Order: sequence, then C-alpha cells, then structure tokens
Amino acid sequence: MIKKLQNRRLQTILIIIFSVLVIGVITVTGMTMSSDAYATSFENKNLPPSSAHLFGTDWMGRDMFMRTIKGLSTSIYIGLAASGVTSIIALFLGIIAGMSGKHGSAVFNWFVDLFMGIPHLILLILISILLGKGTKGVTVGVIVTHWCTLGRIVQAEILSLKNSQYVQASEKLGKSKLWIACRHILPHVVPQFIVGLVLMFPHAIMHESSVTFLGFGLPPEQPAIGIILSESMKYLTTGMWWLAVLPGISLLLIVILFEVIGNQLRLLIDPYSVQE
Amino acid sequence: MNQKEILLECQNVSFRYNSGAWILKHIDLQIFSGERVGLIAPSGYGKSTLSRLLAGYEKPSAGKILWKGKPFPETGYCPVQMIYQHPEKALNPRWRLKNSLYEAWNPDDALLKELQINKKLWLNRFPNELSGGELQRFCVARVLSPKTEFIIADEMSTMLDAITQAQIWSVLLKKVKERNLGLLVITHNTALVEKLCTRIVNLKELNQIQM
Amino acid sequence: MKKENIILEAKDISVRFRMYDRGLKKYQLEVIKNLNITLHEGEILAVVGASGSGKSVLAHGILGILPSNAELGGEILFEHQPLTKKLRKEKVGSEIIMIPQSVTYLDPLMKTGKQVQGIKGTKQQQEQAFERYGLKKSVSDMYPFQLSGGMARRALISTAVISNAKLILADEPTPGLSEEIALETMKHFRELADSGCSILMITHDIEIALKAADTIAVFYDGQTIDTCTSEQFRQGKDALHHPYTKALWSALPQNGFCVPENFLRKEYSE
Repeated sequence: MIKKLQNRRLQTILIIIFSVLVIGVITVTGMTMSSDAYATSFENKNLPPSSAHLFGTDWMGRDMFMRTIKGLSTSIYIGLAASGVTSIIALFLGIIAGMSGKHGSAVFNWFVDLFMGIPHLILLILISILLGKGTKGVTVGVIVTHWCTLGRIVQAEILSLKNSQYVQASEKLGKSKLWIACRHILPHVVPQFIVGLVLMFPHAIMHESSVTFLGFGLPPEQPAIGIILSESMKYLTTGMWWLAVLPGISLLLIVILFEVIGNQLRLLIDPYSVQE
Repeated sequence: MNQKEILLECQNVSFRYNSGAWILKHIDLQIFSGERVGLIAPSGYGKSTLSRLLAGYEKPSAGKILWKGKPFPETGYCPVQMIYQHPEKALNPRWRLKNSLYEAWNPDDALLKELQINKKLWLNRFPNELSGGELQRFCVARVLSPKTEFIIADEMSTMLDAITQAQIWSVLLKKVKERNLGLLVITHNTALVEKLCTRIVNLKELNQIQM
Repeated sequence: MKKENIILEAKDISVRFRMYDRGLKKYQLEVIKNLNITLHEGEILAVVGASGSGKSVLAHGILGILPSNAELGGEILFEHQPLTKKLRKEKVGSEIIMIPQSVTYLDPLMKTGKQVQGIKGTKQQQEQAFERYGLKKSVSDMYPFQLSGGMARRALISTAVISNAKLILADEPTPGLSEEIALETMKHFRELADSGCSILMITHDIEIALKAADTIAVFYDGQTIDTCTSEQFRQGKDALHHPYTKALWSALPQNGFCVPENFLRKEYSE
C-alpha cells in the first residue's frame, strides 16, 4: 500500500477522483434538497454555529449550512452550463481561426482583443442587465465573456501544429486536409481543450457569484451564494460573522477544488510533467 | 542516364517572408536526372529556405520552381520528399512509430532490415523513447515509397554520430542508385558531400543577396 | 595537459529515470551505467557519443539540475571534494559554468549585455569579451531573439569568459552553426583552456571535437568504453585500441565511410 502511494500518477488520479466526488455530492444534494431544509423558523433565529446548525442560522432562522449547499449547487450548475457552452464556442471559433489562414486569424484576434480589452465583470454586468438579469442574464453573460482565452489556446495550438514538420510532411505524403485534421491535429487539441474547460469552471462560478452579489444577477428569492453573501453584509456589524464567513469559505473551497482538478489533469497530460 | 532530363529547376527564384529582407535572390539552378547534388554555403545564405522551396513547402516570392518542366501538384503525393535535420520534430509525438512508418505506404521487411529498424521492439513505441539516430531511420523508410522520385536531405545526419551517419547514408545511397532517384544533399560537412555527390553547388556564389 | 592537477573526477556515474508505462506501471530506464572521466586543469575533454544516448544527462548531473524523476549514482569530485548540494551552490555559476545548447536558455526579456555580465561581471568586462568575439557594441542592447545563431553562441561563450570559471561544461556547442563558426567556437575553447580553464565538451560530432580537444572519451551504451588522446585519433585506425573507437574512425566520411556490422545499440531491458 505504501509503495502504491508513492506512485505520483496514482496520487494525481486519486486527487482528481476525490475532488470530483466532493463537487458531485454537493451538486446532487443541493439539487434534490427540498426547500423545507432551509425553511424559515423564527424560534431558531440568529444562532451561532453549533452541532445542530453547522453554519448557524440567519435572522429568519434559516439553516445556513443547507442554504449554502443549495446556493453552491446553483452556482456550480450555472457555472457548468455556462462554461460548457462557452468552451464549445471557443473550440468552434478557435478551429475556424486556426484553419482559415491569415485573414480569418486577423478577424478572430480582433474580436478576442475587443472582448479581453473590456474588464470581464463590467461586460458581464452590462450583458446581464441588458437581458433582464436573472439566471438567463448571468448565464449568457458568462458565456459571452469567457470564450476568448480558451479560443486563443485552441487557435494557437492549431497554428503551431499546422506549421509542425510532421503535419507538413504528412501533406506532402499526399494526405487530405480532413485526414490530417482528424489524425494529427485533433489528438493534440482535445487534451488541451479539456484542461482549459475544467479550468474555466472556477472562473464562471466566481463571476456568477460576484455579479449576483452586486445585485445584477440572480433574483433575491433564489438561494444563490452571491445572494447569501450580499444579504449577510447587512448583519456583519451585529456580530453575526458566520453568515458571511462560512458560505464565503465554502465557495472558495469549491473554486479551489476545480482548480485542483484542472491542474492535476494538466500534470497528467502535459509531456513535461508526465514522467514525474 | 545518358539522356539528361531536368528534374528540378529554379528559374530566377527570389524569396522573402512578407516584406522582410530578401533571403534568396535570383537563383538559377537545374538538377538533372542521375545527378546527386550537394548544396553547401555558410550560414545565412538560405540553404534551408531553398530546400523548403524546392520541396514545395514554400512558394517563391518571384521566379518559378519547376518539377519536370511543370509546377508542383497542389495535392496528392509529392514526388519530391524531404528528410529533416531533427527526426523528433518530423514524427508526431503522440503516434506510435508504426503509424508514422506506415503513414504513406507499407515498407517491406527487407527495407526495415536494411535500415536496421527493430520491427519487434520499436514499432509500438513512441518517438520520445528512441534516440535521434533510430528515429531518423523511420523518416528515411517513410519517404522511400515507390512514388518518391527525388529526395532532399536537409542536414539529415548532422545530429547523428559518425557510425549511424554512415549506416543510414549507405542504405539511402544504395536506394538512390538502384531506383535512379534524384538527390539533393544539404550539409555543412564538406567531406560528406564529396563522398556522396556527383556535383557540389555553393549557394554563396548563386545567391545575390548582400551580406 | 600542462599540469597534472585534477579539476573534475567522475567515478562510476549512473543515472536512472523512473518512467511510466501506459497506465500506472513504472519502470526504470538506465541512461548512464558506468561512466568514468577525469579532467585536468587546462584540458579539453570531449565526451563523444550517439545523439539521444544520454550524454547531456551527464552535464545536468554535474550541475545538479536533473529532472525530478532521475536518480544519480556514483561520485563526482570537484577539485578533490565531493560535489555536494552545498558545494554546488557555492561553485555553480561562478567556478563551474555551463554553456547551454541553445539561446532558448537565455532569458528572452533581458538584454543580452546584462545577461552576459551576470551577477558578478562588470560592464567593462562584458564589452571586452564582446570585442574579443567580434560582437558589436550594439549587440549588448539587443534581446536574445534578435541574435543570429552564431552571435548567440558567441554571447554564450562570453558569459563563460567573464566568469573566470575553472570548469566549463559545454553541451553540444556546435549544431546549427556553420562550419566556420563552429571552428571559431573551437578556437575560443582552445584559448580558454590555454588560459587555465578546464572544459568538458559533450558532443556527437567527433570531427569538431578533434579540432580542440586534448582527450576524447567515447560514450557508448551508457558507458565510457574508451578514452584516447585526439592525437591517437588523428594518427588513424592503428593508433586506436577499442574496436568501437576504430569503427567510429572508419565511419567518418573522409576515412572510408565504412558501415560496421556489429554496433547497434542494445535494447534496454523491459
């Protein structure tokens, strides 16, 4: 057993599995949870954390642990959906830009610069307001703002592959463009894409929460982590620290877990670290 | 052999990237069948660029490059094939070597044996598990398809030790003679071109750029 | 060869890599098995062997920059002291200098002149070194990507000159250089050695090595199988002893371009 644990690759895979499990459990619990779990009960209001209420209760007696789980699952859900769609856009645009020669690349780069030139959060808020806030506004906002980096990675990867000697040699050996795209280029782009996709989740979740926190995102009746945080700000001065701190830390943990998955995946895929 | 056919021809070829400095200017060069040409020049005279032009990887900015009197075919198997200096860059790092070896044609066991490619042990490996000399054998086998009529070796053995160099060249030279292929050798090693080639061209004298 | 003062001694060096097979299985890859070299003051020693046979690993081992999945065995002595982590920290960069394979080892965001000066060199020393190697003053304000291959190589050598190093490790110093610049590089190495510096040159190109080196160590199948003087090598086949060294001599284009029958790399055991 000890010998097995020294195997770096095994460790990496275990870390990934563990992180995925934690996130999965939170998401599923949150989604299947009935609203009774965080119902208002005025007998139990303003309780500090205890064994009955892990994260304490708020001014309406709602259990903060349950609210946090529910909020996190909403955030993860929106984050996954948004980054899923945006990465498909990124893949699509990146491939077109990579394959279409000089002018295509120029147009693509112009668009990427345009989107990256505006701070993410401001653009996100504008788009969210434009679409009437709510789940739709936030999701579309995240989708529209997040494809640039991954798109650029895909494009750069394709461009460098296209100029590699083995792809050029393959062309001269009479292979068709489609054959080269499927056999030479895709196997290189897919792993890069997957790592990029996983590393985008935490971004999407963070941005969703911040926009909601600022009041431009999800509606207040929905138990989202951003809502919880912004509401609890009002009660901080009364000494109810647990309302903000514990949900905040939970959000941070989830974001870190996603980062861990992404980075561990990269360790496995990246040829420079694969033998470590 | 006595009737000399022009295989590859440069007609007043000039080249530069976009609007950068000229790398090649007014090159005229003809390579005939039955000839083995060595191309030498100090660094900076565009040896590698000319070889890429001659293999059809780049298009000249001015002038023409002709294969048997016609421009290169745009698609399909190119009769002019190139062997590079760094075999590890010319093979897909994510492919097992058998896939690269059989990419264009199926080299028979006799050829693999001549090139001392260990069929049992090497074919299922990835490029980073073999040495440069071993990989270069695969690159040579890959281009020796019957459809190849001309081979350009761009510093093909520069990174190899003397013994591997001699081994690989002896096979390639034998095939070139057997099948009457055209050969252009680009190298800085004068002893090597003298051994291999029937004619030596110094690009320093051909290229009219200002250094 | 002037004084019999030993600068570097490597005894029974071995380097192994832990590698992953498909999936989770591990195996060991032994790149160097049994390597012995001795380098005297003012000597140029060329370790010659096939490319990809693990010669560069030797230089990395001496400098202590092997990748984390490598294990180094044996003993390395620098001026008769074991080269420990502590001693390396003291000596590497000042008395032990590496001339890397390519410009990619230079910091791309730092002007060449500044990098060549390093931590200890002065502007004046750097200008002198540049002048010596025919680099214009303007070169010191250029970034590495603006240099041609030959210029970059000369800049890298300047680094070594300024440092007043006792030991220079040169890993494949010549590929990518045209013959005249390669020869020039060898001339510079010779000058450095004549001024008392010891050079360990790692190369696959025996012809270039012969231009400057005093001693040739032949590296084959993870071991140094033969050590001879370059004088012996120049005299020809009959002055050499080991069959592999003889084969190496005969395989050179100017010496017959002979293909030996029985020297293929042994497959590493599974």
